[in-house]
Amino acid sequence: MSEPLLEVENLAKRFGGIIATDDLALTIAAGELHAVIGPNGAGKTTLIAQLSGQLASDSGRIRFAGNDISALPMHRRSRLGLARSFQITSLFLDLSVLDNVALAVQAQVGHSFRFWRDARREPELRQPARVALERVGLAGRADLPASALSHGEHRQLELAMALAGKPRMLLLDEPMAGLGPEESARMVEMLRALKRELTILLVEHDMEAVFALADRITVLVYGRVIASGAPEDIRANEEVRQAYLGEAEGEVGHG
Amino acid sequence: MTLFIEQCLNGVQFGLLLFLLAAGLTLVFGIMDLVNLAHGSLYMIGAYFAATFVAWTGSFVLGTALAVIATLLVGMVVEVIVMRRLYGRDHLDHVLATFGLILFFDEFVRLIWGPDGLSMPLPSWLLTSVTILPGISYSAYRLSMIAVTLGVAAFLYVLVMRTRVGMLIRAGASNREMVGALGVNIKLLFTLVFGLGSALAGLAGLMQAPILTVQIGMGENIIILAFVITVIGGIGSVRGAFVAAILVGFVDTLGRSYLPDMLRMVLSTDAAATAAPALSSMLIYLLMAVVLIVKPEGLFSAGGK
Amino acid sequence: MKGRPIVRDIVAAALLVALILLPVYADLAGDQFTLTLFTRIVVLAMAAVSLNLILGYGGMMSFGHAAYLGIGGYAVGILAFEGVVSGFAQWPVALAASALFALVIGALSLRTRGVYFIMITLAFAQMAYYVIAGLARYGGDDGLTIQTRSRFFAPLNLGNRVQFYYLCLALLLAAMVLVWRLINSRFGLVIQGTRSNDTRMRALGFPTYRYKLVCFVIAGTLCGLAGALLANQADFVSPAMMYWTRSGDLIIMVVLGGMGSVFGPLFGAVALLALEETLSGITEYWQIILGPLLLLVVLFARGGIDGLLRQIGPWRKRQEFTKVGA
Repeated sequence: MSEPLLEVENLAKRFGGIIATDDLALTIAAGELHAVIGPNGAGKTTLIAQLSGQLASDSGRIRFAGNDISALPMHRRSRLGLARSFQITSLFLDLSVLDNVALAVQAQVGHSFRFWRDARREPELRQPARVALERVGLAGRADLPASALSHGEHRQLELAMALAGKPRMLLLDEPMAGLGPEESARMVEMLRALKRELTILLVEHDMEAVFALADRITVLVYGRVIASGAPEDIRANEEVRQAYLGEAEGEVGHG
Repeated sequence: MTLFIEQCLNGVQFGLLLFLLAAGLTLVFGIMDLVNLAHGSLYMIGAYFAATFVAWTGSFVLGTALAVIATLLVGMVVEVIVMRRLYGRDHLDHVLATFGLILFFDEFVRLIWGPDGLSMPLPSWLLTSVTILPGISYSAYRLSMIAVTLGVAAFLYVLVMRTRVGMLIRAGASNREMVGALGVNIKLLFTLVFGLGSALAGLAGLMQAPILTVQIGMGENIIILAFVITVIGGIGSVRGAFVAAILVGFVDTLGRSYLPDMLRMVLSTDAAATAAPALSSMLIYLLMAVVLIVKPEGLFSAGGK
Repeated sequence: MKGRPIVRDIVAAALLVALILLPVYADLAGDQFTLTLFTRIVVLAMAAVSLNLILGYGGMMSFGHAAYLGIGGYAVGILAFEGVVSGFAQWPVALAASALFALVIGALSLRTRGVYFIMITLAFAQMAYYVIAGLARYGGDDGLTIQTRSRFFAPLNLGNRVQFYYLCLALLLAAMVLVWRLINSRFGLVIQGTRSNDTRMRALGFPTYRYKLVCFVIAGTLCGLAGALLANQADFVSPAMMYWTRSGDLIIMVVLGGMGSVFGPLFGAVALLALEETLSGITEYWQIILGPLLLLVVLFARGGIDGLLRQIGPWRKRQEFTKVGA
């Protein structure tokens, strides 16, 4: 039995009177694609924020690859191989698409206290960036300003940036937010291809995608885990159905 | 001992004056998210108006009252012409635009009143001293300053915490769009708030006029202190501004009085004489630095009023 | 600069040529005043270049940059007063003092953002002003005259107006080249990324605070050098050099010229000071025009002069997003 790559114990977070995360426990094995679903306000983005280090938890522990990262700042966790994408597009809009991804590469390749050499001519940075753009299908848009891209392309760029740093694990926060059916299908295929190389924590509302991709699913309601297990078990779980899937059952389809 | 009490009172008086200035600044920032460097210009204009109106009308009370109203009006005009175009913009834009306003106002004042500054003499009934405790007398004017500013502080408290307008102000601070959606005339609200802030600045300016100065550039000198107070107290918090202002008033006044003596105990007379003025000036900024290290968002962060 | 020339490049080149040839003109026309004026412009342009690094590229709205002019200037002034006239002693002190001040202020201020950052940098710079103004020995409010300019090895003589001008110009150009290389280097991209989206940079793995601090120190040190030059140019230093409104003047130069562009600060310094000279010839109250003018630039011409120049002419290039100097 391999050691889990990500282990979360007793995670808790309150905002004033609101409990965002309530004694949350989660284990994700290496190579797994683990989906986290739940109604709006369930605390999914808050969870990702705590895992990535953007938000400090009130209590609990997070272990990544055997290391306790609970107190580590965001940039250190990233360096350890834990990358995230953002639900609301968070890019460098005034830089080029390639620059965006190259920065993601640069973060993982040595230090950046280099003051003279033109970084845009460093193959060490630009090559992996182009490769990442290829993988998400944006190679042709590399030299445009990021602001010129469509929303769907922004989501692709988000993914490219998360990949560029060659992470061990990806925290994906609603990568399909706002995507049309075609773009969603493409994203699902991309994620399916990634599954083999990376461990992924996927927060999503798109149930088709979730059931198509997930190895295991955790259901969050009001910051609390109400069910966790294989997709078939989750689908059959009464509590989950009541709380969340409800009439959406019909939309799940044959995934 | 009497000197100490007098200095304490001076500290309180100075602090309250600073509060008037900082309250306007922090209100405008908290509610309209507007950085207004030109706040000090309204302070200056209040003083100039007062000196002029008091001389015209011959009455201290009437003159100063007119000055406050005039500053209120100027503030509202500035809001409509300039500030409205700045809402929602980058803070750098605010800084640049209001800096431009400072340049404009300084020259404008110079154009109308000349470069030499004015004086504002006190009426005889305020030139007396009042015995507050056996053996301790204090300037009547400074006492009246304390009284007036405390009154204004109380008025602000009631306004913000207990009236409908105040509720709108507090609501506007946390959610501008919502208040607009509720059908409240946001534009008018903002104009009034800015006018209020300007009036407070003008009042502060005219109050210190008989004691200190009425000259071009006086706003630039004091606005820094208002900023320091805002940072220490927490941007957007009037309560924070009050606490911070009193604190700063105390530290600055008592520091300047007693630091030279304290230094003389440790250093030679010459060294103390050299270091004292420099160090006294530094005190407030050291205080700010300490607060920043301990609590970077200020003592009472935004929202607490 | 790649590709076909655009109007902006032509204007920049013309300006550089004019600056290089200026002393020749001054000699021929017997116009020493213009030489002195432009020496001042060149030095202030250097200060603007340093500010542009943190403000234009780094997005750090420092309102206390003039403090470094004062620190650098007073390093020269105080040492000269105490009998140390060698530039080899004075200038390193000016640089070191500026760097140290920038380090301390930066370390404290960079923990804050937005408005707080503006107010804090302003406050600390003003603190430095009061400290220096409080030093009675060195003239206090009245300032300090510098009897002899910084001495280096012969034949370099800062007292010679033409030599001094060329020294300042050379240093300005060196500063511009330095900033240009810096901004396109790994370090520079981090700084630009931080300006664009600080949270994302940290999510990617960059300890942004560290980089901003280093950038802040570089900018402060460069401005300290400008201060040392300014002290020599005026043969005089006073606390007024570092009063907070002077920081505002520097910001005007950077914004007017065009933030985040290599030539912007130079355009801005020339424009502002030339504007001052001409306007003050017209009316005593020229600042009444400058104020609203600044307002208009902020509201309608955010790209400044550089931005405007990029948009006119036959081979116009639309506002490029990243390629600096191109």
